[in-house]
Amino acid sequence: MSQNEAYQKDIESIRQLMERSVKFLSLSGLSGILAGLYALAGAGAAYFLVHFPLFPTSYRQESLQADDVILKLLGIAILVLVVSLITGYVLADRKAKKQGVQVWNATSKRLVVNLAIPLVTGALFILVLLWHGHYGVAAPACLVFYGLALLNASANLFDEIRYLGYSEIVLGLICALLPGYGLFFWAAGFGVLHILYGTLMYKKYDR
Amino acid sequence: MKNPFDSLDKILEHRLRLQIVSVLVANDSYDFNALKELLETTDGNLATHLKALEREKYISINKSFVERKPNTRYKITERGRTAFKKHLEAMEELIKQQKR
Repeated sequence: MSQNEAYQKDIESIRQLMERSVKFLSLSGLSGILAGLYALAGAGAAYFLVHFPLFPTSYRQESLQADDVILKLLGIAILVLVVSLITGYVLADRKAKKQGVQVWNATSKRLVVNLAIPLVTGALFILVLLWHGHYGVAAPACLVFYGLALLNASANLFDEIRYLGYSEIVLGLICALLPGYGLFFWAAGFGVLHILYGTLMYKKYDR
Repeated sequence: MKNPFDSLDKILEHRLRLQIVSVLVANDSYDFNALKELLETTDGNLATHLKALEREKYISINKSFVERKPNTRYKITERGRTAFKKHLEAMEELIKQQKR
């Protein structure tokens, strides 16, 4: 019987090891919630910059034209991204220390590469769109490329991330059909979805 | 009926070797230092068992330089993957038999 238990222990250790060697398990759900809140704050700032006094859910008829407004919006988006990344890193580092592992290991390096390829492609593509004055499709392009990046990296992350990726892609495609709702969808995709999935992951893995 | 004990892989009956192979089955490739960190073992111990696995042609080795430092990456071979699968099946079979 003890031999039997030894085999079961072996199989269990293999299963854990295979998962741990592929998946980055130090990602904190809390960082998703915070990233969502930053995105909502950013969307709020953008609303007062371009949408006000229209009601937040109303459709914008005219497209943006002024370059300084575009630069300000770009600035807000980049600020939200940078602060989210820093938060994600700090919280992952804290969680990794608690788990007794290094935050910067073979798995997280692979994760960063898998995320970065679609994200950098998307960022360059969106800059080209803005350069040509296609402002209306910039917000949906953010969502679609972000969703593809998550999907590409989902093998290295918790299973929930794959569904977050699908959700972002679907939202981005709908948004592309309704460019006047760009800001609204941007807030839903980067704000609400992050808070939703962050809470789900926090409940499941962080406690 | 065949005795499942005979199907157990003699090479993979060692815990650390089984762990190394399971990591390599789950990943395209893995380097020495990352393996050492993940499996929480020493240089010498890991090197010995990697050598044993290489001798059996269960894994393949790719040596290169990254920023002038030697970097050794390991990959599972088809032979290693098959052996791992068979060993797991044998272990499961043994567990099943003893439950009866």
